[in-house]
Amino acid sequence: MIEDKLFTLKYKTDKQSHLKPDLTKCLQCVEKTCTIICPANVYSYNEAEKKLTVSYEKCLECGACRIACKHIDWKYPKSGKGVIFKKS
Amino acid sequence: MSEANNHNKADVIVVGAGPAGVSASITVARGGKKVVLVERGSFAGAKNMYGGVIHSHAASEIFPNYQEAPIERFVEEHSYVLLSDDASTKITYKNPHHNDNAFVAIRAKWDKWCVEQAVKEGVYYAPDTLVKELIVKDGKVVGIVTDVEEYFADVVIIADGVNSLLAKQLGLRKKIKPKHVVLGVKEVIKLSPEIIEKRFGLKKDMASAMEIVGGPLKDVFAMGIVYTNKDSVALGIGVSLDDLKTKKIKPYELLDKLKEHPFVADLIEGGELLEYSAHLIPEGGYKKIPKLYTNGALVVGDAAMLVNNVHFEGTNFAMISGKFAGETALDAIERQDFSENQLCLYKKKLENSFILKDLRTYKDVVRILTGRTASFLGYYPEKINEFFGIFTCADGVAKKGKFQKFTKHFFTKRSLSELFKDAFAGIRIILGILK
Repeated sequence: MIEDKLFTLKYKTDKQSHLKPDLTKCLQCVEKTCTIICPANVYSYNEAEKKLTVSYEKCLECGACRIACKHIDWKYPKSGKGVIFKKS
Repeated sequence: MSEANNHNKADVIVVGAGPAGVSASITVARGGKKVVLVERGSFAGAKNMYGGVIHSHAASEIFPNYQEAPIERFVEEHSYVLLSDDASTKITYKNPHHNDNAFVAIRAKWDKWCVEQAVKEGVYYAPDTLVKELIVKDGKVVGIVTDVEEYFADVVIIADGVNSLLAKQLGLRKKIKPKHVVLGVKEVIKLSPEIIEKRFGLKKDMASAMEIVGGPLKDVFAMGIVYTNKDSVALGIGVSLDDLKTKKIKPYELLDKLKEHPFVADLIEGGELLEYSAHLIPEGGYKKIPKLYTNGALVVGDAAMLVNNVHFEGTNFAMISGKFAGETALDAIERQDFSENQLCLYKKKLENSFILKDLRTYKDVVRILTGRTASFLGYYPEKINEFFGIFTCADGVAKKGKFQKFTKHFFTKRSLSELFKDAFAGIRIILGILK
């Protein structure tokens, strides 16, 4: 389970998301690649509400979504914020 | 924009305190110039993960005292493991006279130690500092913008890693597509040193490095890695982002499948998950190297996509490219010339070294291999296991019939044209390397 894996990590969570997908593009997007390739399962799509949820606080800052999707305004979290790897 | 003055200007700013950045900054400090090393994490290594080893040749070139660093284990043996669905064939190289070529380290400890050495040698270190963008004036990079201030320098060395938003800002990078990167996901699993040494057949404090293909990974361009730390085992996969995207595979589910394979399951049995991590690896190779310099700036390490994916070399490329950039900056300061024409010395240094020579040698390998994933990373590993299955089995049945069946299946389960394509790809790879 990905939740168990993420549970091992420490984060300094920012108040604002550093990941800003263009949500209007998500409506037309068939692939929803971000929901598949993200190693932290940051993105999930609610079909009923037609809405993409971005759990940016789980982000590992790898950049996979930035390269796999053209419609994400991708930045690093602010200074000192985000994930902290201690044993990798 | 504020102007540069004595309080907000250094000779060199290095962005990113990974192996490339720290090597660049320490080289500049050793040349007696003022250098500021900026890191977005709260400590060096906090954002870093790798699926590999630190190479002693590079570590000793930058840090003559590297053996005092928090090293987990020196690599005693290197194995290549071919998996079928449930079997495995392992080839191990081991030479007691060459067991200090590389070592395993935990980045949060190693990177931190490297920065401590840099600070001792006069580098100004600024952690918790994100560089939002570079300041460009009259076509030359002149400084950085952080969350709180602007800071200036004659040369900015860009060591901000695989995603290098700064190289992108300057337009030095070509567009990077999913096929040019591999996503690494990794687990660090706790096991006692005694169990590790017994299970892997290692001497005390010595490490095993393994690369794994086939089996659960056979449908994608992917490789598994296993490295032994002091009291944990790092287990990961590097998988083509393009394959994850087109084949709709979740990276952590693929890692879990590898963990279930009997070969891997035996190695990590009873272990406790300590940390999960993920990182991109630049795999575009020689053809995707960005422009490495511009007026006032140099690009190093992963930011410059300097990774040899065939040999799992990256940390050494990072450190040596950082050193070359540091030397180039010193030379530019000496001549007070920070133009492209002067800074191109950095590229010449890379070209004359193993870094660009090796990347040129392997420039086509990954592209050819990705086209033949199903065969080289799936079918052949499976067949090799099948062969050894027959070869090692005594069951009272005559061998000849078994070998005939194996040979017949080898040619019928895969069409002749596919076999020719594989052979052709193999020849192209070998010729590409040797020519």
